[in-house]
Amino acid sequence: MRIAFLSDIHGNREALDAVLRHAGRHADRLVFLGDLVGYGADPVYVVDKIADEVGKGALSLLGNHDAAAATGSVEGMNEYASAAIEWTHHELDPASRAFLIEMPMSIEDEDRLYVHSEASSPRSWQYITDAGSAERSLRSTAKRLTFCGHVHKPQLYHMTPMKPPVRFLPQPGIGAPLVGNRKWLAVQGAVGQPRDQNPAAAYSVLDTTRNELTYFRVPYDIETTAAKIHAAGLPKILAARLFIGR
Amino acid sequence: MAREALQTGSTIDGFLIGEKLHTGGMATLWSVTHPDIAVPIVMKVPMIMDGDDATVIVGFEMEMMLLPRLTGVHVPKYFAVGDYARQPYVVMEQIDGDSLLPLLDKSPLPISEVHALASRVATALVDLHKQNVIHFDIKPSNIMLRKSGEAVFIDFGLSRHLQLPDLLEEEFHVPMGTGPYIAPEQVLQNRTDFRSDIYSLGVILYHLTTGERPFGFPQNVRGLRRRLWRDPVPPRKHNPETPPWLQEIILRCLETDPGKRYPTAAQLLFDLQHPGEVKLTERAERLERDGFFTVTKRRFGWAGTQGSPRQPEVVAATSAPIVMAAVDLTDGMEQLAETLRIHVQRVLATVPGVRLACVNVLRQNRVGINYSLDEEGRNIHVQRLVELKDWARPLNLDREHVTFHVLEHTDAAASLIEYARSNHVDHILIGARGAGGLRRYLGSVSSQVVAEAPCTVTVVRVGQSETELVD
Repeated sequence: MRIAFLSDIHGNREALDAVLRHAGRHADRLVFLGDLVGYGADPVYVVDKIADEVGKGALSLLGNHDAAAATGSVEGMNEYASAAIEWTHHELDPASRAFLIEMPMSIEDEDRLYVHSEASSPRSWQYITDAGSAERSLRSTAKRLTFCGHVHKPQLYHMTPMKPPVRFLPQPGIGAPLVGNRKWLAVQGAVGQPRDQNPAAAYSVLDTTRNELTYFRVPYDIETTAAKIHAAGLPKILAARLFIGR
Repeated sequence: MAREALQTGSTIDGFLIGEKLHTGGMATLWSVTHPDIAVPIVMKVPMIMDGDDATVIVGFEMEMMLLPRLTGVHVPKYFAVGDYARQPYVVMEQIDGDSLLPLLDKSPLPISEVHALASRVATALVDLHKQNVIHFDIKPSNIMLRKSGEAVFIDFGLSRHLQLPDLLEEEFHVPMGTGPYIAPEQVLQNRTDFRSDIYSLGVILYHLTTGERPFGFPQNVRGLRRRLWRDPVPPRKHNPETPPWLQEIILRCLETDPGKRYPTAAQLLFDLQHPGEVKLTERAERLERDGFFTVTKRRFGWAGTQGSPRQPEVVAATSAPIVMAAVDLTDGMEQLAETLRIHVQRVLATVPGVRLACVNVLRQNRVGINYSLDEEGRNIHVQRLVELKDWARPLNLDREHVTFHVLEHTDAAASLIEYARSNHVDHILIGARGAGGLRRYLGSVSSQVVAEAPCTVTVVRVGQSETELVD
């Protein structure tokens, strides 16, 4: 089976549609790793679309922006993020908010763990940025493979029991075999707001038969997405950063 | 991890275990058969003890990762890997031939034999590097020779694929490799440089030429570090038969600084295929090792270098390309030759480390007198070489970066394509005489080269007004 992992869509309709078209050719099943909304101008479309996919068997995890948008609480968020969350909260109807807040924090699926942020303490929304945070996450689960998002930068860590993990920066389109008796932590890039200086939407596909993970980059129509952010009156920086992937 | 013991007669995943062929330090090798596989195959099984030696496990993981991704005649054909949790194994083709190991006892070998072996192994290395893999354990016992002649690399336990995670990076407390063959940068725990394999090949060639190891058989890290400053005794000192071009090649492979070695295996192979064109430096004639002052200075320069940064810049196998200029020296084509030179100049200006091969085809008549055999023929050949060098003169290239070749052939396109293939040319620049209808109908040399060459081809035309294009 081929499972597509999509994380950090952040209300970006054009990026989501482009990735779903791409994944339609490369995957049989969808897993959304959280942060469906926040920042972007199409939260309603994105939530409807993903709720529809969940109805057809996809999985969707809770992210910190989803929780905030559902409840309207912006505690701990920066100025731009909280502006976007307040706007998003008012855009969403009660049914959409309920869908968001009812998404699970984590899911275990065969030898895999799905979670939005660092897995040792999912509710504190910690980032995985280096070997130390990756090790905390990997040591907190018995599952061989962990898939998460939250940092908007694709990274792949692998760890043997006696050693700290090693980071690998995956090359788009080249499948990495998740071999051996070691654990792997696949941090996803962002579909809707990439921050690794590559503006194309990021997602990955796990082929469980071949035991191989491939990161993909999918270009999308950023101009349209940015125009909608401007039209919605959201902070302009949220549109500008999409063009440079930062 | 409890595992069923393998034995002759047992079956795993459809593979019937035959006799045990070999027990090594890291793995055992079994002859196996499978109803769907007609060729002779072997199963390699790691020796995993209760203590689970990390290097053995990681090396085996590396092979399980790499073998399915490697292709071509210079690696064993891969068939299957076993589930790691149950019984790890790799099934691959059994190579019908021997390793280079027995040759060490027979060395020094005749120079012609060293030359032929060097070309075969370098050809295999070009192919491996083009697949983004650095072997990192090139040594006689890891190189097999097929009966058909091709060299085959085995044992990828220390290898690295530059586009895949490096599983060995975390194991880095000691240099990894085999004592006599390990490159200085590997001693410093740098696993990013294709030229490390070129160094190891240099050690093999040194041994086959002289019967001696250039750096002995060091048993500890301190011994390994000596090669950071101590240069080897020049091969000619051991074996006076060593021709200068071969000493030049071997000592260039063995340069401590990777930047002074061949930039790519393809450029090494190019020199092996054209020994008469090798640019001889002071290395070629050297009979003594460097003096006390030079060695001390080098040693001082390395002092404090315990290890290089974890991820130094990776040198791509496609850097320092071999570029071929197919130069048409026919009368009346001067403008085309000049346009071609301008485009070659642009490539040279934008790509560092280019090696330029200037090639001209001297057409032979299919029937009639073969001029090359007589005095006049030789003169024509020499005259063409002179003209080719004159064509390249404005490029101002050092002898090390340019070579000249006049090919004698009845079919110009076929000879250019064959030259590009056997010399692993990365990019051909060729002029097209025109774009006329008749030429299109009959087929031109350049269009055949475009269609059949194994690399990138740029077709250069002289700018023409529209009226001139009409036949």
